[in-house]
Amino acid sequence: MDSDIILSMSDIRKEFPGVVALDDVSFELRKGEVHILLGENGAGKSTLMKILSGAYQKDQGQIHLNGKEIQILNPKHAQDLGIGIIYQEFNLNPHMTVAENIFLGREPVNRFGIIDEKKLYHSARAIIQDIGVEIGLNKVVSEIGIAQQQMVEVAKALSLNARVLIMDEPSAPLTKHEITQLFEMIRRLTKQGVSIVYISHRMSELYEIGDKVTVLRDGKYIGTKKISDINRQDLIKMMVNRDLDEQYPARNPKISEEVLRVEGLERKGVLSNINFKLHRGEILGIAGLMGSGRTELARAIYGVDKISAGKIFVRNKLQNINSPRKAIKLGMGFLTEDRKSEGLVLVLTVKKNITLSSIDKYLRFGVLNYKDELKKVNHYIESLRVKTPGPNQKVLNLSGGNQQKVVLSKWLCCHSDIFIFDEPTRGIDIGAKAEIYNLMSTLTQKGVAIIMISSELPEILGMSDRILVMNKGTIAGELTREQANQEKIMEYAIGEPGNYN
Amino acid sequence: MMQIQNIRQFGTFIGLLVLCLLFWILSPYFFTVSNLLNIAQQTSIIAIISVGMTFVIITAGIDLSIGSVLAFSGVVMASALHAGVPIPLSILVGFSVGYVSGTINGLLISYGKLPPFIATLGMMSIARGSALWYTNGRPISGFSDSFRFLATGDILFIPTSVWIMAIVYIIAHFVLTKTKLGRYTYAIGGNEKAAILSGINVNRYKNIIYGVSGLLGGLGAVILTARLNSAQPIAGVMYELDAIAATVIGGTSLMGGEGTIYGTLIGALIIGVLRNGLNLLGVPSFIQQIVIGAVIIGAILLDTQLKKQKE
Repeated sequence: MDSDIILSMSDIRKEFPGVVALDDVSFELRKGEVHILLGENGAGKSTLMKILSGAYQKDQGQIHLNGKEIQILNPKHAQDLGIGIIYQEFNLNPHMTVAENIFLGREPVNRFGIIDEKKLYHSARAIIQDIGVEIGLNKVVSEIGIAQQQMVEVAKALSLNARVLIMDEPSAPLTKHEITQLFEMIRRLTKQGVSIVYISHRMSELYEIGDKVTVLRDGKYIGTKKISDINRQDLIKMMVNRDLDEQYPARNPKISEEVLRVEGLERKGVLSNINFKLHRGEILGIAGLMGSGRTELARAIYGVDKISAGKIFVRNKLQNINSPRKAIKLGMGFLTEDRKSEGLVLVLTVKKNITLSSIDKYLRFGVLNYKDELKKVNHYIESLRVKTPGPNQKVLNLSGGNQQKVVLSKWLCCHSDIFIFDEPTRGIDIGAKAEIYNLMSTLTQKGVAIIMISSELPEILGMSDRILVMNKGTIAGELTREQANQEKIMEYAIGEPGNYN
Repeated sequence: MMQIQNIRQFGTFIGLLVLCLLFWILSPYFFTVSNLLNIAQQTSIIAIISVGMTFVIITAGIDLSIGSVLAFSGVVMASALHAGVPIPLSILVGFSVGYVSGTINGLLISYGKLPPFIATLGMMSIARGSALWYTNGRPISGFSDSFRFLATGDILFIPTSVWIMAIVYIIAHFVLTKTKLGRYTYAIGGNEKAAILSGINVNRYKNIIYGVSGLLGGLGAVILTARLNSAQPIAGVMYELDAIAATVIGGTSLMGGEGTIYGTLIGALIIGVLRNGLNLLGVPSFIQQIVIGAVIIGAILLDTQLKKQKE
């Protein structure tokens, strides 16, 4: 066995109810290397790292550390083994100082059991100097910047003698200058023999900091390469090259007049210079990685978030959409990404959820007409085939697919004709997925226009008539159905915007 | 859902019957017409303000100010009566004070984004202080018989205040089950984000609901003032807690989205029967407080345990 290998994970398998998150995945880490872990959203990167850091337990497979097989029982155990992880969300107490955070829970005490402040700050200083950064140890964490908070996390991990450091998209919140500093720190650490697992999507960075790259796709191990041996195109191929075997309804769209036009839309710091059109009968796919601004765009159009500049035309009329209420009046319906927290009132019944936005239609002199309401509700339960014991069942007790149908029924009751589907099939099993796709297709036949946001490339390719790819808050590229393939979309999604005009 | 809700209400109703049975056995006077009417009359004020509380709690809110608002609108109404303002107009003045106070709560919660607990805690102090300041801390007493009829009179052998309570409950039940306001009340409490995204003007409906809660405080003030023949700036202390207890015992969830008006009526009656029965048995008032507290905790404990089992 190669003595340089500090950590190896082999044939790791992890299942969650209904999904295989990791299917015989292997991973090797050498002393002092920066190993990039690459894959789309949902490829299994985070799950693999959570197993390594003790947050999840593997179902099968072995982990060897320094040649010895180990079982990682919990996060504390992983720390003791010298495995540190830095999540995107930091685990710092914002009201404590930098030094206090580094030693939180392990404060040095004197013989009376009182915290030895002097020793605390002394040890903290030693670690911070080791990393080679400058942070005021007395500063309260809420008052220092994101980049410095990240350094505090690193210091915390190193104070636990971490020899393996996992960093989950560490550059995402940082500025260019801060990224340079981050890389300098990483290089110093690797010289000291620390091994880094670096999760990131940013291609240019990978070539700058990485030694090796391992690609995962749909929970499967695809391959490991030396960064210097593989070019960008081949990497993208490894990430996305899958068979398109899912069943999508045949599209023969009848695309006619424009129903929505967005011009120069901007939301400070989130979205910039967004221009596009949507037509009757069309499915417009919006692809892009998480955090690229897709959901934010939907929220801006739908009047949830205020826009700082730009115009929105609905049926060629300039509209100021300042609330969801207004958007609904203009014929929009928003099927949110997170149905449970934003789309449905879970404690209410199927009936009450379906008629929530169109209650005015069942009022006679201000009084609800139960019979009319029930008739409408039963109509949609039947035509959309919502599987529920009855209209008075709480939505809470329905499966994901049926919940999505309830949300869809809600908008159909409003006679909406501009739908925004955000991750329409997330958390929905395969059978119900096909049903949702068919419903979407049928809707467009009836003249509805659909914006479909999705992280799943096959879904984007299988359903969309036209595709916009978002990257860093703007539209990086537009592709027709014929032009589009997974590689092209990924190029736009992870490239530097501005190179593709 | 109807079934679960019904079982829950049924359980509370059984609780009320058991309580009545117990006092009937222990005290020969309990189950007489005059005592039962007495209970209904004594319960009426708490029952009326509990209606507002039920709406508020279904939206996942709380109204701690209702007792103080009751006192404030009571003294303002009383001073209007003493100034010779006609009875209906004076009552309207009292209602307005309640409605405006409640609406201020609503505005602080909806547009001010304050937690309901904080907003109404502040109003609790402001309304109480206003009542004391307005009256210099002294009660305003002595009213005409026609005004006092509103609490002490009978219509068809039943006290006026009980009639008023019954009417309020019928209207409230109707509003909650058969109108847009009612449907939105549940939706806002069940999931405010989803309600907003479904196009509900959540702020506007919150203002209305807190306003109505204040208004019902004004109605409570009319009955209390007429019954005591005096409007006191220190009236209604701790009423908010009784109203919360009645609502919660009646099956309304503090998490919002669930609850019924008839449940609240049963809850209010349980508290009323308990007070009356313990009085009849000569239990000292200090011990009464302990018993009532224990009943509240016991009822909710039972409820949460039952819910856990169902899951």
